[in-house]
Amino acid sequence: MRTPLDHAARAGRRDPETLLRHAQAIERAERRGQLKIFLGYASGVGKSFKLFDEGRRRHDRGEDVVVAAMQPHSDSDVIAAVRGLELIGTRTFDGVPIIDVPAVLARRPAVCLVDGLAYENPPGSRHPKRYQDVEELLEGGVSVLTSINLEYIEEQQEFVRSITGESKAATVPQAFVTGADEIVVVDAPPDECVAISAATRNGGNVAQQLSRLRERALLLAADVVDHQLEAYLELNGIQSSWGTQERILVCMTPRAPAAVMLASGRRNADRFHGELFAVYVNQSNLTVEDRMANERNATLARAQDARVEILDGRDAIATILDYARSHGITQIFVGHNLKRNWRARLGGSPLDQLIRGAEGMDVRVFPH
Amino acid sequence: MTGTERTRGRLTIFLGYAAGVGKTYQMLTEAHELRQRGVDVVIGYFEPHGRKDTIALTGGLETIPRQVVEYRGSRFEEMDTNAVIDRHPQVAVIDELPHTNVPGSARAKRWEDVHLVLDAGIDVMTTMNVQHLESLNDQIWQSTGVRVRETIPDWVVQQADEVVMVDLTPRALLNRLERGVVYAPERAQAALQNFFREPTLVALRELAMRQTAHAVESRHPYDDAPASAAGDAASPASHHPPDRVLLVIGPEPASAALIRRGRRVADYLRADCLAVYVSKNGGLQSLTPDERDNVQRQLNFARGLQIGTRILEGSDVAETVVEFARAAGVTQIFITRQQESALRSRLGGALAQRLVNLARDMQVTIVADRSVRR
Repeated sequence: MRTPLDHAARAGRRDPETLLRHAQAIERAERRGQLKIFLGYASGVGKSFKLFDEGRRRHDRGEDVVVAAMQPHSDSDVIAAVRGLELIGTRTFDGVPIIDVPAVLARRPAVCLVDGLAYENPPGSRHPKRYQDVEELLEGGVSVLTSINLEYIEEQQEFVRSITGESKAATVPQAFVTGADEIVVVDAPPDECVAISAATRNGGNVAQQLSRLRERALLLAADVVDHQLEAYLELNGIQSSWGTQERILVCMTPRAPAAVMLASGRRNADRFHGELFAVYVNQSNLTVEDRMANERNATLARAQDARVEILDGRDAIATILDYARSHGITQIFVGHNLKRNWRARLGGSPLDQLIRGAEGMDVRVFPH
Repeated sequence: MTGTERTRGRLTIFLGYAAGVGKTYQMLTEAHELRQRGVDVVIGYFEPHGRKDTIALTGGLETIPRQVVEYRGSRFEEMDTNAVIDRHPQVAVIDELPHTNVPGSARAKRWEDVHLVLDAGIDVMTTMNVQHLESLNDQIWQSTGVRVRETIPDWVVQQADEVVMVDLTPRALLNRLERGVVYAPERAQAALQNFFREPTLVALRELAMRQTAHAVESRHPYDDAPASAAGDAASPASHHPPDRVLLVIGPEPASAALIRRGRRVADYLRADCLAVYVSKNGGLQSLTPDERDNVQRQLNFARGLQIGTRILEGSDVAETVVEFARAAGVTQIFITRQQESALRSRLGGALAQRLVNLARDMQVTIVADRSVRR
């Protein structure tokens, strides 16, 4: 049986730069604490409980765990989980608990629990935002378990406002969340948290609003996991699509129905929550009209929010297939000109060549 | 809506990506919460797997005794579906939805038992891993090397009222496995060597997240909602006419992969899905017995996934398919790569090429053979 790891051994394609980056990352990770984030889509899904429950389990297994911040109002199950854990120097300002960073660093636990990442510290604090406190703890070699709701991620504010009608003042940059060593989705059916969240919403269909936030949180986590998988595959020299995410490649040629193909590609990518790519191959024998058509197509592709690339290569089909393989493409969209290709049948039309080479990918043909 | 439809129980699936991520634990925690709120919850079936934390959670919950099924001189224990229905709680906890019952049981699959319980007006909470979804079977095999045998048709999961993702990081899962929390030591060693490799777990976890997101979205579709930051302002997707996908199946094994893939694509596009087999002349009788069996098996498989099937007769496959497709309002035709190459020599042109030439108003997709590991 072939396995991914055998693949790796056979391929042996680990380039020195990747390995160096990895070695540096390991070195950094050895000094730095590990960041683990519990991501939820609304308050009330149970992030705090998961966080403290893991803290309690680790404590029971002998890890040195302390609590550096709790939420102002905790449920009884959370309080039960925290019981038996050491609480460190939590100060309160205006009802908001503040991490006592120097006290935690002086205590130097292995793991520090910070419930609620998206807080602003009062003026005059060591850092304006709590995530910056957490960063200092990580730099100081303390691992941190923390929690956040999708609604409090900076880059999600426009999306959140479009759904709930309001955005949050205290936010955390998305890169801080997606850059965590580990991310855990805390999922629950919306009915359990509607009661808590409904008060903050602007009317409308609450179940629908929560569903959209929930879907977005799951997809954000999936993207983080996808990057981890890619990094792993790259590190081990595995060049292969695992097909966990749909990636659609639209091949643009001067006369292909690019607008139709791109619109269809966009719709498919959206439905699959996948990625859309669009390429054309720059060939030397193109007429001025062809070049202009390519330019127009590239503009259309950008308007559809596709990742556009202009490829160079004498053999257009081989160039496209190389690109598709190295980008983990799962579906290729290609135009097929009925009249023009009829002549090329004897030597196998470009379509034939593409289909033959596109093993492992679906090829969708758009006649024109 | 009739009264009987309204009384059907609600199905909640706790979806994970591997044994040991905590599906049953979370389900039982939920059961206790319901019980505290005064809901009548019983355990219809529980699989202990020797996991102490989880077993502890069954305390305080009523458990319906299992029934004993004899098969080839051995005794097996299965859920006593009739007893669960007779007890008629508000909610039944039934572990491991993909389970195959021992031969001689009233029904082959646990999901069929669960449907009976739901039909009786009882809510069901159950568990499964993403790799048991039928439409993902080839993809899982390609990326993990594991051919999952116990599968669940996608429509069973689609009909669930709620799908909840149970998440745990692969690292934490591997720790659990090494500590012997998930399996006994010998089994844990074997597991570490095949399914429980980190990249495999990472890939499955991503699939579970995407599957749950898809389940959430399909329960609250928002195409008709006003454009938002998430939507694509450039293309109003809501006004696209509905797709109809036609699968051209044959006796070749790759047809199963075609059916799975077609089902999945159709579901994501919210499209209808149909399948046809074109018999040259003389119907299925002209095939060898093996071929006939294979075609029948593929057609049955498609029907099991709620794909309508038709057997067409015609001497020219491409013409027959396109004629049917046009009459049925099909927008996309899916074929396998085998059909593509097998027909090339005989008809002086590949099936795709001929289909494209005949069906200018449709798109033709040559589906990757995901039943072959590259």
